[in-house]
Amino acid sequence: MVEFALPKNSKISGGKTWPKPAGATETREFRVYRWNPDDGKNPSVDTYYVDTHDCGPMVLDGLIWIKNHIDPTLTFRRSCREGVCGSCAMNIDGQNTLACTKSMHDVGAGGAVKVNPLPHQPVVKDLVPDLTNFYAQYASIEPWLKTTTPTPQKEWRQSHEDREKLDGLYECILCACCSTSCPSYWWNSERFLGPAALLQATRWVTDSRDEATGERLDNLEDPFRLYRCHTIMNCAKACPKGLNPSEAIAELKFKLVERQI
Amino acid sequence: MSGRSSMRTPLERVRGLGSAHTGTGDFWRQRLTAVAMTLLIVPVIVVVIMLIGRNHAGAAQILGSIPIAIILLLFIVASTWHMKIGMQVVIEDYIHNEKLKIASVMANNFFCVAVALASIYAILKLSSGV
Repeated sequence: MVEFALPKNSKISGGKTWPKPAGATETREFRVYRWNPDDGKNPSVDTYYVDTHDCGPMVLDGLIWIKNHIDPTLTFRRSCREGVCGSCAMNIDGQNTLACTKSMHDVGAGGAVKVNPLPHQPVVKDLVPDLTNFYAQYASIEPWLKTTTPTPQKEWRQSHEDREKLDGLYECILCACCSTSCPSYWWNSERFLGPAALLQATRWVTDSRDEATGERLDNLEDPFRLYRCHTIMNCAKACPKGLNPSEAIAELKFKLVERQI
Repeated sequence: MSGRSSMRTPLERVRGLGSAHTGTGDFWRQRLTAVAMTLLIVPVIVVVIMLIGRNHAGAAQILGSIPIAIILLLFIVASTWHMKIGMQVVIEDYIHNEKLKIASVMANNFFCVAVALASIYAILKLSSGV
């Protein structure tokens, strides 16, 4: 059955409140999820105060400031700090998003900025989720051009109209904000491919140059892989790139009906 | 499905037993029966209102009309089919124990067929005036 309560070792206990930075005139409170696999303790939520005059405007700037000035053990992923790499995806104030493109001013209505790892994934440490299953699901949709026709001397050609059909699909950065916000994915993440992998499946099914459309649809046609999507739309709400995986999944379902009727 | 402790690779776990190549039929029928019920619901409500306060003979007289009996029979087929698919989706979503899941899907099928047949029998019995 579905578990509605956290397992015992995942229950959050009280955390440490770190002192306010000396000499800071304006601070912002951060409540950050902490869990260390090495100390055998349950997760906790630590409270930090960030000197906003000494720090950039984004939530990621705040986390980096904490790591540099208060607590070097705070662990999180980050790389490009401009919404391109998808590394810093986390749950900020109840919403999955990228810490680097989320302004501190837009969360918590001036109160605490609550930061948790992406929901319903095993935690490696602090804000770092284990996305092994997520990446394997992406690999399972075989995200590359598949052709039988001999490769042309130059490029595979595509009309402007067909290229436009990939807009809204190719921009995905695989940050996992959508899949980890989906209740269907929470309940059945071992069998349901999730919005991110299905958005990419749609990207390759839609690509006019790809010659494996039917084979791709065959692999997706499954009560769990595809049809666990109940158009809840959390994915579209969470996507920091403004994409709509729900609509892409509806396109897959439409194509599957179309080839039968 | 194998647990995370399994030594299988992540890709093998995701591929699992492969695609069932099914699901589109239920997806289509769920929408087909939804559209059918949308069309049928107004006439069905009208018939139910007509039946209010009538005794057995009065009800039998109304249901003796062939169009009325057919509207009700169509509604029963559409709604019980819709109910069966919808409940199966809920079971598949929330019940992860394979044995319990199979038993629940079976019970759901039995229940929906029983409800459908009992309702159809009642309509036929009343409309034929037996």
